[in-house]
Amino acid sequence: MTIAADPSPSLQDYAHPEKLVTTQWLADRLAAGETEGLVVVESDEDVLLYETGHIPGAVKIDWHLDLNDPVTRDYVDGEGFAKLMDASGITRETTVVLYGDKSNWWAAYALWVFELFGHPDVRLLDGGRAAWEAEGREMTTSDEGRPAPTSGYPAITREDAPLRAFREDVLDFLGGPLIDVRSPQEYSGERTHMPDYPQEGTVRGGHIPTARSVPWARAAADDGRFKPRTELESIYREELGFDTATPTIVYCRIGERSAHTWFVLTHLLGFESVRNYDGSWTEWGNGVRLPIAQGAEPGEVPAR
Amino acid sequence: MSAADPMTPAALPEGFAGIAEDFLALGGRDRLQLLLEFSQGLPELPERYAEHPELLEPVPECQSPIFLVTEVEGQGREATARLFFSAPPEAPTTRGFASILAEALDGRSVGEVLETPDTVTGELGLAEVVSPLRLNGMSGMLARIKRQLAEKAGL
Repeated sequence: MTIAADPSPSLQDYAHPEKLVTTQWLADRLAAGETEGLVVVESDEDVLLYETGHIPGAVKIDWHLDLNDPVTRDYVDGEGFAKLMDASGITRETTVVLYGDKSNWWAAYALWVFELFGHPDVRLLDGGRAAWEAEGREMTTSDEGRPAPTSGYPAITREDAPLRAFREDVLDFLGGPLIDVRSPQEYSGERTHMPDYPQEGTVRGGHIPTARSVPWARAAADDGRFKPRTELESIYREELGFDTATPTIVYCRIGERSAHTWFVLTHLLGFESVRNYDGSWTEWGNGVRLPIAQGAEPGEVPAR
Repeated sequence: MSAADPMTPAALPEGFAGIAEDFLALGGRDRLQLLLEFSQGLPELPERYAEHPELLEPVPECQSPIFLVTEVEGQGREATARLFFSAPPEAPTTRGFASILAEALDGRSVGEVLETPDTVTGELGLAEVVSPLRLNGMSGMLARIKRQLAEKAGL
């Protein structure tokens, strides 16, 4: 780790407090000009939000335009990621602090992709863009302070297996600790079908059999920050009865909201093995012969 | 009409041609800046809608919340189409889309709006800078505008 972790007491209860920084910590560093080895990255759902104003010196990485390979329907490869890092002024030694809109959905998703490439030090700004703005902290449309491009980020072969689940993995996993983080209406299947309206389109509504429903937002406080560890424990450990030592899979519609829950389980609660099924409902809901369950109950493991 | 013939792409409708030209003349980052300018120029809702948000129709194809409502002045294809949108400032892309549609279509005849090809949203040079997935939101708005106008104009 290049830069010492944020020592704020509010973070210390989490399993891996070094994965979060507070707005105050970041503001203090920026004010003191202590940005050597630090790159702040904004990653939003709305691709134009960065242009309306961003944290001074922050660069933008867009999940769709920068992290996806549209041809392979996959993430960029090692060379693509290295190119993006070079353009963003990020070396393998850089401490990356990610923040974004929507309680950091997309920032968490980008962080997960950084971890697929094993970037050594990548953290989230707790509360994201909304918390920074709500506190009246400095925003700018200027490029000033933006890191100059670097070179030589190594082409790392992405290591998907520990962090990423594919449909075959999920099919073999039914009955295991599986969390659907979408809204209750998407889980039950009442939402997705709207006659006469164009939409992104999943053919079937419902959820993966045996998945438990915990909408992602239950992990977020009203101000967009993560809830304290005790509250998170009461949801994921007590209510669901899930165990930190048992491999767990999370999913949503395209894998972004579930990246938020993946972050909570992995870094805040210390689950040892959590994989994000990024194919999520857009793949599963349309998959030929993939079983689904409808209604509010998780359902049974189908006979095979 | 040649619009039905997929081999000869129809010229862009009048309202969109200038907008497309402006976008296509710019490179990636500047294209986003222009979209930002559109988003900043989205007209405010008139009071009669600002006070009655329930009269507006949601557009779930957009990832961000946007609502729209149309009015027609007159009847039939010659009636004048009026468009009104509401989207929060934290959704600038969606506001930009709405603002483009407002500039291109507001005040035109219902017939002209209904003849707008559904593919027009893909011809403004925006897919590369906002992603095709996000662009679906603008198609969703256009489809809803057309359906509302057709109903309201008695077509």
